[in-house]
Amino acid sequence: MITEDRPVSAAQRERIAYRRRQTVRSVLIAAASTGVLGILLVVGVTGSPGWERVRASFLDGAVARDAFPAVLNGLWLNLRLLVFCAVAALALGLLVAVLRTLRGPVFFPVRALATGYTYGFRGMPLIIVIYVLAFGVPGLRLQGTPSVLVLGGAALVITYGAYLAEVFRAGIESVHPSQLAAARSLGLTYRQTMRHVVLPQAVRRVAPPLLNDTVALQKDVGLVSLAGPIDAVRAAQITTAEHANFTPYIVAGVLFVLLAIPLIAVTDWVTLRAARRQTG
Amino acid sequence: MSVLECRGVTKRFGGHTVLNHLDLTVAEHEVVVLIGASGSGKSTLLRCVNLLEGIDDGTIHLDGEHITDPRVNPDRVRQRIGIVFQAYNLFPHMTVLDNITLAPRRVHRRDRAEAEAKALDLLGRVGLADRARSYPDRLSGGQQQRVAIVRALINEPRLMLLDEVTSALDPELVGEVLTMIRDLKATGMTMVLATHEMGFARQVADRVCFLEGGAVLESGPPEQVLGDPVQPRTRQFLRRIIEAGRL
Repeated sequence: MITEDRPVSAAQRERIAYRRRQTVRSVLIAAASTGVLGILLVVGVTGSPGWERVRASFLDGAVARDAFPAVLNGLWLNLRLLVFCAVAALALGLLVAVLRTLRGPVFFPVRALATGYTYGFRGMPLIIVIYVLAFGVPGLRLQGTPSVLVLGGAALVITYGAYLAEVFRAGIESVHPSQLAAARSLGLTYRQTMRHVVLPQAVRRVAPPLLNDTVALQKDVGLVSLAGPIDAVRAAQITTAEHANFTPYIVAGVLFVLLAIPLIAVTDWVTLRAARRQTG
Repeated sequence: MSVLECRGVTKRFGGHTVLNHLDLTVAEHEVVVLIGASGSGKSTLLRCVNLLEGIDDGTIHLDGEHITDPRVNPDRVRQRIGIVFQAYNLFPHMTVLDNITLAPRRVHRRDRAEAEAKALDLLGRVGLADRARSYPDRLSGGQQQRVAIVRALINEPRLMLLDEVTSALDPELVGEVLTMIRDLKATGMTMVLATHEMGFARQVADRVCFLEGGAVLESGPPEQVLGDPVQPRTRQFLRRIIEAGRL
């Protein structure tokens, strides 16, 4: 690039000044409209006839303090379950996606099973899967039946694995056939081509939607409480019953959001980076 | 013995016959240039030789081995053939060095240090040693294509197939790739290349084959085929090329 130390022209100075005025104006307008909207919301909610009763039953400081340790304790279970289920569901999804790409008659049953799985478990409501596994499997009275917590976790993994498998498959199919041709022409086997050429590109491309599904999983982890284990939602439910006050739910909700923020931030960052790479 | 021998090779896509009983023999150290209009079957022939496409009739022999026998493991055949594509097809998620050493490490089971030393040596010879740690999208088209050639060469193929390797390049970048191919010829590499660069074909070819309708219509030394073609169809093709300013 050729750069010269020439003074900035009058036209450019005028442009810079104009843009600066525009920026100041935009910021002022944004601040004003945000302020007006905020005031309207606060006035609208707190001015409503039932506000005092709602505040007493949802925003009671004493109940919140009382519920906090139990809810936090429950959240620790959510977090552990999330980490385990996310890793397991990602592994399952990747495996199923790869199985669906296999060609050849030998693999027909595997392919059919993988396809049936993604169809079935994307359609089946998660709650039903949890009920069937958590209550149905122990009902078989087999030796060594795992705990309800593990069965609930398995329900999450199976359901989310089906979604993630489709995301992975979309990524695999987005890799251009010329990349496969190049890899195979070098003598790489199908397996080596998948491992070194296709999957690394596919996973990079679908990282944002994968993370997005992980954020969704984080909320649905709370549903295992339907089967009995005491997670944050369940703990909030118990303290709500003890105090006849809904504040513990708000406490749990706020904690869930706080837990999600880092994951959402990472998702946004990865998405932004992927978009930048696309445009070169 | 010939390195490559195609006999009666036929390839159809749906109802469209792209290769029609094509015969072509390439001797050791020979450089054969395929010319012909778009759709005459040049690229398809190269892809069939590399077993990237199955054929519908005929046979292809590599070093006397029948490679279109369905019992032959295509991966083992491809290890002995290098192919370079028009669009480079480098792996965008790998550095130049990893692109080049992938096959030596994974297919030929060389250890990383050995493979990288050889890759750096080859890159150095084409003036790209300083780009070894770059990703392909940081390279110009000509640099990417030279990397793609090195990636094929490092496996010491018996036969190199070059499929219009300069067609996607800006005119000022064509020269660096052609120079590399000329150097490759000097090493005695057996090559089949499809090209629209007639001037280059004349310089580098031992033999020029004009493809028409999926078969070799005319074949001979470059001076003869490009300078004084026998077939009217060849003459017509070359006249159009001259009119387009490429000869």
